Amino acid sequence: MANFNLKINGKTQQLDVDPTTPMLWVLRDHLKLVGTKYGCGISQCGACTIHLGDNAVRSCQLPVSAVGNQEITTIEGLSENGDHPVQLAWMEEDVYQCGYCQAGQIMNASAFLKKNPNPTDEEIEGAMNGNICRCGTYLRIKKAIKTAANSKIA
Amino acid sequence: MTLIKTQYNRRSFIKVSAAAGGGMLIGFSWLNGCKPNTPEPEAGVAMPKEWFEINGYIKIGDTGMVTIYSPNPEIGQNVRTSMPMIVAEELDVPWENVVVEQAPLNTGWYQNQFAGGSLSIRLSWNALRMAGATGRRMLLEAAAKEWGVQLSDLTASNGVIKENVGERTVTYGEIASKAVGIEVPKEVELKGIKDFKLIGSSIKNVDGKKIVTGQPLFGLDFHRDGMHLAMIQHPPAFGMTVKDFNEAEIKSMPGVKDAFIVDTTVEEPGGFDEKGFKQLIAIVGESTWQLMQAKKALKANWETTGELESSEIHVKRLEKALVSGEVQESRRDGNPEAAFKKAAKIIERTYSAPFIAHNTLEPMNFFANVTEDSAELIGPTQTPEALEGSVAKLLNLPLENVTVNMTRIGGGFGRRLYVHFGVEAAAISKKIGAPVKLIYSREDDMTQGTYRPTYRSVYKAGLDENNNLIAFTVKGAGLPEGPVFPNRFPAGAVENYSAEKIKAPTNVTTGAWRAPRSNFTAGAEQAFLDEVAEDAGKDPIDFRLELFDRAIKDPVGEKHEYEAERYAGVLKLVKEKADWGTTKPNVHRGVAAYFCHSTYVAEVFDMVLNNGQPIVEKVWCAVDCGIVVNRDAAKNMIQGGVIDGIGHSMYSQLTFENGAPKQMNFDKYQLIRHSQAPKEIEVFFVENEIDPTGLGEPGLPPAIGALANALYKATGQRHYHQPFVTEKQVVG
Ligand code: FES
Ligand code: FES
Repeated sequence: MANFNLKINGKTQQLDVDPTTPMLWVLRDHLKLVGTKYGCGISQCGACTIHLGDNAVRSCQLPVSAVGNQEITTIEGLSENGDHPVQLAWMEEDVYQCGYCQAGQIMNASAFLKKNPNPTDEEIEGAMNGNICRCGTYLRIKKAIKTAANSKIA
Repeated sequence: MTLIKTQYNRRSFIKVSAAAGGGMLIGFSWLNGCKPNTPEPEAGVAMPKEWFEINGYIKIGDTGMVTIYSPNPEIGQNVRTSMPMIVAEELDVPWENVVVEQAPLNTGWYQNQFAGGSLSIRLSWNALRMAGATGRRMLLEAAAKEWGVQLSDLTASNGVIKENVGERTVTYGEIASKAVGIEVPKEVELKGIKDFKLIGSSIKNVDGKKIVTGQPLFGLDFHRDGMHLAMIQHPPAFGMTVKDFNEAEIKSMPGVKDAFIVDTTVEEPGGFDEKGFKQLIAIVGESTWQLMQAKKALKANWETTGELESSEIHVKRLEKALVSGEVQESRRDGNPEAAFKKAAKIIERTYSAPFIAHNTLEPMNFFANVTEDSAELIGPTQTPEALEGSVAKLLNLPLENVTVNMTRIGGGFGRRLYVHFGVEAAAISKKIGAPVKLIYSREDDMTQGTYRPTYRSVYKAGLDENNNLIAFTVKGAGLPEGPVFPNRFPAGAVENYSAEKIKAPTNVTTGAWRAPRSNFTAGAEQAFLDEVAEDAGKDPIDFRLELFDRAIKDPVGEKHEYEAERYAGVLKLVKEKADWGTTKPNVHRGVAAYFCHSTYVAEVFDMVLNNGQPIVEKVWCAVDCGIVVNRDAAKNMIQGGVIDGIGHSMYSQLTFENGAPKQMNFDKYQLIRHSQAPKEIEVFFVENEIDPTGLGEPGLPPAIGALANALYKATGQRHYHQPFVTEKQVVG
């Protein structure tokens, strides 16, 4: 066990945890931030995507000991009131079916749009290919990403 | 308007009248744990101080806010929005005033509380309308009594009751307290279909905001203070059982509270008790990561008690079954053998598909809190009633002492019809005497599934010299059941016809997988008919319409399961919408139509080749599901079905070696991804006034046929065996 001070969603969180624990389980089990989802645990599905600084990362592959001072943002902290342009676009397009993959999709899409505010379809597909949606909402996800891009505030 | 008799059973009356004296009622708001049931800030009215329960579906607050309980499990088919829409329509209340809550399992109040067979809307259509209409009627009666006027002097609309002549108005919120004492009417009027305001429109998912902000909605998110976590380890192969394991070592690992073998055998198991491994190693602890480490450190002795099957064995068994297997069901019209002798052309083809796993993105999990004399279960189940029964049997408790609450569910596809993970959670909770949440890893989930059976079918057709279809036969075998519906199309449309459904055994556990059997049959049959049409020199749509024409005018045989007019109707609609018959350079088209779960769907695929890779550019879907309840959400379901159909027929398979699945996670088991999905899917509905049928499954089966047929046009290759391509060849 070891002590960590983590910066998560703008707050500092202290915890004593096995340093090999992936951030996914730190968030879900220790901090009760369960918006970040477990889908595969081996970097294949993207359900666990969070932001480390400005980058979208797989929290199932990120040991807590590797985080250091970097800022972590989870779906719960993406916006104050659920009004990030990507979240708004997702609601506008009524994207979800079961909804389980969507936190990961939104975290990946929001990091991607920050780097590439006007993506082509191919760029969207390339960026989002690591996020599985078992329900098959891919077309709506793509549409929502374009809607968010067009809102110019992403 | 239609007049219908209300149907509430004894228990619902008791509950309603017990509520009557109570004034403020407490809802079933269990999910958010400590948080009270806070309505969405978007709700059009203020949070009420008092709530009045009208019936099992409706609770009205003094401000006019209406809580509608959604009875069925939500697995992504969007019933948590569409079922309350139906109640709200008949109650006639503005949707902005409605908040939705998940109802608990309550067989006294609700019927058919399950998610399966695309049946939620179809089976509850009348009950939901009746619940809303009863509520409206009781509010009207309360107002009539209050004002000393006749019921016929009043109208209720948009949450307000008005005098037809006269000035007085009262809102539902103002009169609700008076409606609680009103006797439940013996019959109520339903709205005319033409008067629907909500039904047929597009209402956004009621959980949208919670989903995009990561609120705790799913079973895996459930938490209660004092709860432990548990994981299980099952034998590595079907045909093996657990003997013992390094218990002392595991118990001494960090974060492990207990480790033991649980037996989850229930007496007289039902269909939903399917599960290959009844004895499991359970490890209980406080954090998922520590449990995962403990699982890795397991050293167990397994015993081989059955055959260790392989995919090679499965293929041989299916081939043999087609020759000499046990026929489960069959049909015969005319004399196919004689007709084949006369035929000018005979076409015979074999199709097959592997086992596939459900792979709901949320792995199996369940919360259980078992005490001496009660069991409380909370989690993602498609069949709460079956779970209640199995847990009662396992623990030897009366049914009344078992409660089941449903979380939002991260995908179903049939997997969560099976109740073992809830039963396992109950067995573990009993053993440790404390509440527990059982969690499956992805590997656990994929390697102890209730898989889609593996299938193999032989289709044979005979054409006469004028290229008329004079004989059609199908023989289909499956482990453990055959993929044939003897009375479906083309039964009724061909003079000489036979169908045989054949079974053969396996110890791999199988079950319902989205559109059971249809998910294979549609692809095989529709690809076969495409080939027959080509050999007959006919357009594939015209060829099918000719057959439906026969089934309409002069059906062959005693019965067939489908309505030929509606079947032909979706084909004609898709033909028109896709502009079938026009050609575009380098665009290759395939068509298919299928009927299952009482819904008709036809699909046209446009495919292009990009550097030799097939890409689905556009899909047109024509759907006849009767009345469409929630239009855009209905489109979402069909789009998802199309993508699911393409994904599984192109890429997915579960193969076996020595009884063990060779694919354990998404690195080896391929699911369709963003870049492989079609670029566009348009959905059109046949407009009619037929009672609605389901959409969870019917969009999937025809996609496989249309894909296979478009692939043939694009590549010149017919595809008979799923998955159609390996990872090297990518669609989309
Ligand atoms: S859970 Fe991390 S990628 Fe799947
Ligand atoms: S919405 Fe169900 S997995 Fe994406």
